Amino acid sequence: MSELTMTTDHHDHGPAKGIGRWLFTTNHKDIGTMYLVFSLIMFLIGGLFAFVIRAELFQPGMQLVDPNFFNQMTTMHGLVMVFGAVMPGFVGLANWQIPLMIGAPDMALPRMNNWSFWILPFAFSMLIATFFMDGGAPAFGWTFYAPLSTTYAPPSVTFFIFAVHMMGISSIMGAMNIIVTIFNMRAPGMSLMQMPMFVWTWLITAFLLVAVMPVLAAVVTMMLMDIHFATSFFNAAGGGDPVLFQHVFWFFGHPEVYIMILPAFGVVSEIIPTFARKKLFGYHSMVYATVSIAVLSLVVWAHHMFTVGMPIAGQLFFMFATMLIAVPTGVKVFNWIATMFKGSMTFETPMLFAIGFVVLFTIGGFSGVMLAIAPIDFQYQDTYFVVAHFHYVLVPGAVFGIMAGVYYWLPKWVGRMYDEGLGKMHFWLSFIGLNITFFPMHFVGLAGMPRRIPDYALQFADFNMMASAGAFIFGTSQLIFVYLIIKAARSGETADQVPWESAEGLEWTLPTPLPYHTFTTPPVIEK
Amino acid sequence: MRQIMHLFGMALLVSSGSALAAWELNMPRGVTETSHTVYDLHMLILWICVAIGVVVFGVMFWSIYAHRKSKGAQAAQFHESTTVEVIWTIIPFIILIGMAIPSTTTLIDMYDSSESDIDIKVTGYQWKWHYDYINDGVDFFSVLKTPKEEIYNEQEKNPNYLLDVDNELVVPIDKKIRFLFTANDVLHAWWVPEIAIKKDTIPGFINESWTRIKEPGTYRGQCAELCGKDHGFMPIVVKAVTQPEYDKWLADQKAAGAAKAAEADKDWTLDELVTAGAAVYQKNCAACHMPDGSGMPPAFPALNNNPMMQGDDVTAHMEVVINGVPGSAMAAYGKQMTAVDLAAVITYKRNTWENKTGGMVSPADVQAFMDK
Ligand SMILES: [Cu+2]
Repeated sequence: MSELTMTTDHHDHGPAKGIGRWLFTTNHKDIGTMYLVFSLIMFLIGGLFAFVIRAELFQPGMQLVDPNFFNQMTTMHGLVMVFGAVMPGFVGLANWQIPLMIGAPDMALPRMNNWSFWILPFAFSMLIATFFMDGGAPAFGWTFYAPLSTTYAPPSVTFFIFAVHMMGISSIMGAMNIIVTIFNMRAPGMSLMQMPMFVWTWLITAFLLVAVMPVLAAVVTMMLMDIHFATSFFNAAGGGDPVLFQHVFWFFGHPEVYIMILPAFGVVSEIIPTFARKKLFGYHSMVYATVSIAVLSLVVWAHHMFTVGMPIAGQLFFMFATMLIAVPTGVKVFNWIATMFKGSMTFETPMLFAIGFVVLFTIGGFSGVMLAIAPIDFQYQDTYFVVAHFHYVLVPGAVFGIMAGVYYWLPKWVGRMYDEGLGKMHFWLSFIGLNITFFPMHFVGLAGMPRRIPDYALQFADFNMMASAGAFIFGTSQLIFVYLIIKAARSGETADQVPWESAEGLEWTLPTPLPYHTFTTPPVIEK
Repeated sequence: MRQIMHLFGMALLVSSGSALAAWELNMPRGVTETSHTVYDLHMLILWICVAIGVVVFGVMFWSIYAHRKSKGAQAAQFHESTTVEVIWTIIPFIILIGMAIPSTTTLIDMYDSSESDIDIKVTGYQWKWHYDYINDGVDFFSVLKTPKEEIYNEQEKNPNYLLDVDNELVVPIDKKIRFLFTANDVLHAWWVPEIAIKKDTIPGFINESWTRIKEPGTYRGQCAELCGKDHGFMPIVVKAVTQPEYDKWLADQKAAGAAKAAEADKDWTLDELVTAGAAVYQKNCAACHMPDGSGMPPAFPALNNNPMMQGDDVTAHMEVVINGVPGSAMAAYGKQMTAVDLAAVITYKRNTWENKTGGMVSPADVQAFMDK
């Protein structure tokens, strides 16, 4: 894409000492690290909740927890994974990589960057503290449909609303920062159509965030009003409508799905060309496809609501619009495969995760097409088929995307290599574990098992036991990942400046170990 | 791979103990014209996806196999081709149109609930269903029949574990049945896979759907929208019978309804009310307030040693049970139960556990309260 010359930094300031470094830092690398560590901790906590869920569902009958606590687990698992693990994970990657990839010295708004991170630990402490409140944590599902989440909610719902507001503020600030950085801080000569795919996908994601996070804030504020100030937005008895909640929520919720997947598209679009030793196929169509997906994602929300009894015209509109998303998504998958085609491939851990992403995300895409068809969606809606679908999109999709990025860039971040053998083991155990967990969920869903139930009829027993066993494999193998990162950071072999044979991009022009401040003089991009 | 085999082995071992087919992989084809269409559409889309998957993954795995560095593959230089990119944008588009046409016709048919023979109003409650045969004046609640002992693993689970109710929804075959869905408290969704109906029941609003069942039989389903604590414990059982059987069932229901109404005029003793009340309590109240009255504070207060159950102010107690507590999960049972059941359950709560008032509330008292 571009050739460049490097100027070395003359007076390099190191980081501050002690805890102050982390509390007051405005350095994009430090903040990126904090986001990623936070994301990993949340991933483990959310995983623990999943563990409780799968343990209870190991066999029919109630064994470990009561139904109310089970509902708290499914709710908190969803909230923690979506808002605590996946979103901050990608913001962490953005913080680290966007300045390095566009040749900027830091994010455009470094103090706001610090603030947007430090809101999160408080938001999640408050959310998790609801477990110890009277009536327990929220138990109405991560989609918190009214009136279960208003009139019928435990008292802790107010804290949940406050926590969601804080997460929303954090995300909006993070997104604005990314937009401003990309528009204003690119190295001289780097046009938009020369930006790396990861930067492109994050730019589009950031616009989606700014568009829909305020809508999430609106819906929880309406809840707050209904609960404490006697309004009736979602109460039919007062002239409101419970379905209004779903429209507003999913206007946020569906783009949210793409917020969690578009940056992963970007990550694999960086990794596949490197390990195929071949330029990304169809860069332009990749960009247009990403923009189309983002635009379409704003007009398909009601496909989550096919059973609410919409007029048939609405039903048809949302069905067609949703099916249409398959076209740009297909383009992306074809482009990745065309990039691999006639390449010269090797299969280091980042590439394994990227390939795992393409295969399994595509399976999630297929079930997505099935779910888009309204008349048959009536049979899938709110069953384990849906659970299987979105876990295929989010686990080997979003989560594998983050992990692929971590493996790919870790040598640059910490200046040391990770243990390749452990990385491969992590990949294969995750890959096998998640397929054993989530594939059988398609079957029990089709056979009639509703989601969010703590106990089930006997004909679902065997596949549930299998899913639980798979979850156990998947969950424990994530500890390898934690160990591998610590080991790499502490005692890994020193990494080369370009650890991958044919990696391209500004980040690889920087020395290893990476100075605390980089690109204080912008690189020159030669066309 | 070895783990998968091992797991399969393990699961097979477990399942061989039961006679149930626990490896059901697919959607049931069902027993109505609509469910057959839905099933066929589902299989069509599934096979199209499988075919695309075979082609796409085929190319991908072939590349992974053939174009690897370890086999000496040299990377080609191409990185775009407008022709190819246009082709693989247009082909999926055409396939999608192929999928959209049958989907649209099916959907239009499913939405046509006109000219029904029987109308049944279905109301979702936390955590039971109410069925109202609007034209025949028959209505009843349908509650999970699986005993607590089976759920808590103290008894062997019967084959219809969690899918059994006390009163089934009985309908005739070959008649167009129109369902009107609504809810009393939170959202629920009424789902019976074999007739391919899933519809949300929404408090304050009415949804419609219809079916025409072709074969007599018992078809089971569950609530499909998270509705609180016992969401997993409110199954649906539809029993389709021939027209003569249906007529007889309807007549029996009407007779039973008349007998029930007559009970209100009878003179009840304290013991009779407590005995009847215990059954009403277990069915309607125990899920939240617990069989021993200990409740689940703060959402569901304890009834044992509750001053309201022990004091002399019967009116306050009747007020809560009959009119509910607005803004909480306590429903207005005056709308759900007969005066006899209300009197029985109120009397029961005042004379059980450590609540020993010795006083009774008669159906006439309840009726008088409700008439005020
Ligand atoms: Cu329900």
